[in-house]
Amino acid sequence: MKKLLSAVLVMVMSLSLLAGCGSATKDNASQGGNTSAEPGKQPSETAKPADNGSGAKKKFAIVFKNTGNPYGEKMMEGYKNAIEELGGEVIMKAPDQPTAEAQIQIIEELIAQKVDAIAIAANDPDALQPALTKAMDRGIKVLSLDSAVNAKSRMVHINQADPERIGRVEIQAIYDMIGGKGDIAVLSATSQATNQNTWIEWMKKELQDPKYKDMKLVKVAYGDDLRDKSVSETEGLLKSFPNLKGIIAPTTVGIAAAGKVLTDKGLKGKVQLTGLGLPSEMAEYIESGVCQWMYLWNPIDVGYLAGYAADNLVKGSITGKVGDKFNAGRLGDKEVVQDGEGTQVMLGDPFKFDAKNIGEWKKVY
Amino acid sequence: MLQRVILDKRDFKLKTVFFQWEWMLVLLFILVNVMNANLSPYYLDYDNLRDATMGFLDKAFIVLPMVFVMILADIDISVASIVALSSVVMAVLYNSGVPMVLAILISLAVGTLAGLINGLLIVKFKELSAVIVTLITMILYRGIAYIILEDQASGNFPAWFKFFGWGYIGGVPFILIAFVMLAILFGIVLHKTTFGRTVYAIGSNPTASMFSGVQVNRVKLIVFTLTGLMSAVTAVFLTSKMGSTRPNVANMYELEVIAMVVLGGISTAGGKGKMIGAIIAVFLVGLLRYGLGLINVAAQTQLIIIGALLIVSVLIANLKRRKS
Repeated sequence: MKKLLSAVLVMVMSLSLLAGCGSATKDNASQGGNTSAEPGKQPSETAKPADNGSGAKKKFAIVFKNTGNPYGEKMMEGYKNAIEELGGEVIMKAPDQPTAEAQIQIIEELIAQKVDAIAIAANDPDALQPALTKAMDRGIKVLSLDSAVNAKSRMVHINQADPERIGRVEIQAIYDMIGGKGDIAVLSATSQATNQNTWIEWMKKELQDPKYKDMKLVKVAYGDDLRDKSVSETEGLLKSFPNLKGIIAPTTVGIAAAGKVLTDKGLKGKVQLTGLGLPSEMAEYIESGVCQWMYLWNPIDVGYLAGYAADNLVKGSITGKVGDKFNAGRLGDKEVVQDGEGTQVMLGDPFKFDAKNIGEWKKVY
Repeated sequence: MLQRVILDKRDFKLKTVFFQWEWMLVLLFILVNVMNANLSPYYLDYDNLRDATMGFLDKAFIVLPMVFVMILADIDISVASIVALSSVVMAVLYNSGVPMVLAILISLAVGTLAGLINGLLIVKFKELSAVIVTLITMILYRGIAYIILEDQASGNFPAWFKFFGWGYIGGVPFILIAFVMLAILFGIVLHKTTFGRTVYAIGSNPTASMFSGVQVNRVKLIVFTLTGLMSAVTAVFLTSKMGSTRPNVANMYELEVIAMVVLGGISTAGGKGKMIGAIIAVFLVGLLRYGLGLINVAAQTQLIIIGALLIVSVLIANLKRRKS
């Protein structure tokens, strides 16, 4: 049996080799044909293999945290817009689970495809380091956006807004909403989300101001950017802390889930809600007053900026060091600045959405 | 070269009705490789294929003992939680000053102990099926991992620890070498030893085995303990690959492992199946996913394709049984 099997394996390898050679000499036009014997196999828009010749389009990949996240889809859309303006080819990928191991798998696949740049919104700041280092060793330009990887794993990070401003503004908002008194809680994404963790650090720093002496941060809960978990975590907060006056959810999935829970339980006005949300998802809660106002930036712009940064890295016009300047299409000129041990490009200040302007913004994104 | 197991006669008759499952897997494997090679120009590249095995082999270590579990007509769905627990224990111990080698050994011991507890509960409480017991321990073990690490990450391992997940010996990934060696070992135990024959006997008829003096409880205990140990081995490789760990690692691994075993032709009713089938299934699913990833098929579509493959395989397996 074993002998037979090894013989078969050898045959398989040689057969597939032959098939590979055969297809390599064939005209590429046949590649788009439906050769699959599998159901539901749709060659994606990037299935057209580029020649490895010098005249080929450059390939720009973007990897988000997981599928089915409207915020992530907007971000990938922005990246795609930028790359298409620049005449490159876009590969958009996201795993079905928001885990680092799933993203490692995707990075490996992109390395094998010899892409030119990888922009990634990370599920873990450190766990992707071996995979991304390998990519950079192969000459692929690596940048993170939205949720950073550690400084050793990237060339530059695209930051949606100044983390300090976001953290402080959230606390000031909840202070105004609850009248400066009572328990507050934070409903975050995953415990490893670098961006959320940085903002929460700044929230805690802001809270040290004597002005907030009557406010207490009782818990940071993690909804993992999954709708059902965010709902149950919100319900858990309301049960565990009966004196809870305000919730800050610095994640679009979390704030929408919390808005739903507060609406269903009829807690409008009793428990205040603010954070970062998508206008289209939050419009009903802002209009009803469950969430008086919230903040965000335009995720399309975050992706767009990442696209231009990736293009400049590939061209070699920037390397990701402090002081590098580049033109980011409709966003104008941008500069690389220091960010802890690494470097980053800032998009701008967070934008406030309230009952006055939500009507026009909910149609945009 | 079929071994003379108890089921030999029935197997032989089946072959005349239907060609053998393992051969169908080999054909599928060829099909997947040819398809991938045709769909992506990057597939047939030695370095890429070599590195692709590093991506899917971490969970394959659990497949080996799971074959035994499922031939016993049992199931163990706590394996992913054991991976998380072993991984978290290893990271926390190392970061509190325990030498890395010792931390690895203790984490292997933790996995073994977790498997032993599964086995003890299953043999002590006969009225509870294995799926219920391991469902309980699945929640319990991951819960302990969460208590230890509280939704945080832990890492900063020494540089040499990267070798498990990323290292090569003579140009071949270490994880591939380790898996092949262990697969041969498990295959020999299943097909060439008295212990293996006993596993088949218990799976096809536990009552008869008990009356003919087979130590059913002891065999089950050994198999579940081994499953715990191999889950901890997976934890070592996975943690090394990521360089840090969290209580939610190895999410859904138990389902992927069981899917591979089922695809390998191991009947969930027990007493049937071969190790080689499960091993082919590991590479089949792994390379299929890798190929789909290379042509950037969306994650959900990949799941649908793998699901369709499983439905077809389970259906065919049942048709075979009906015919027999």
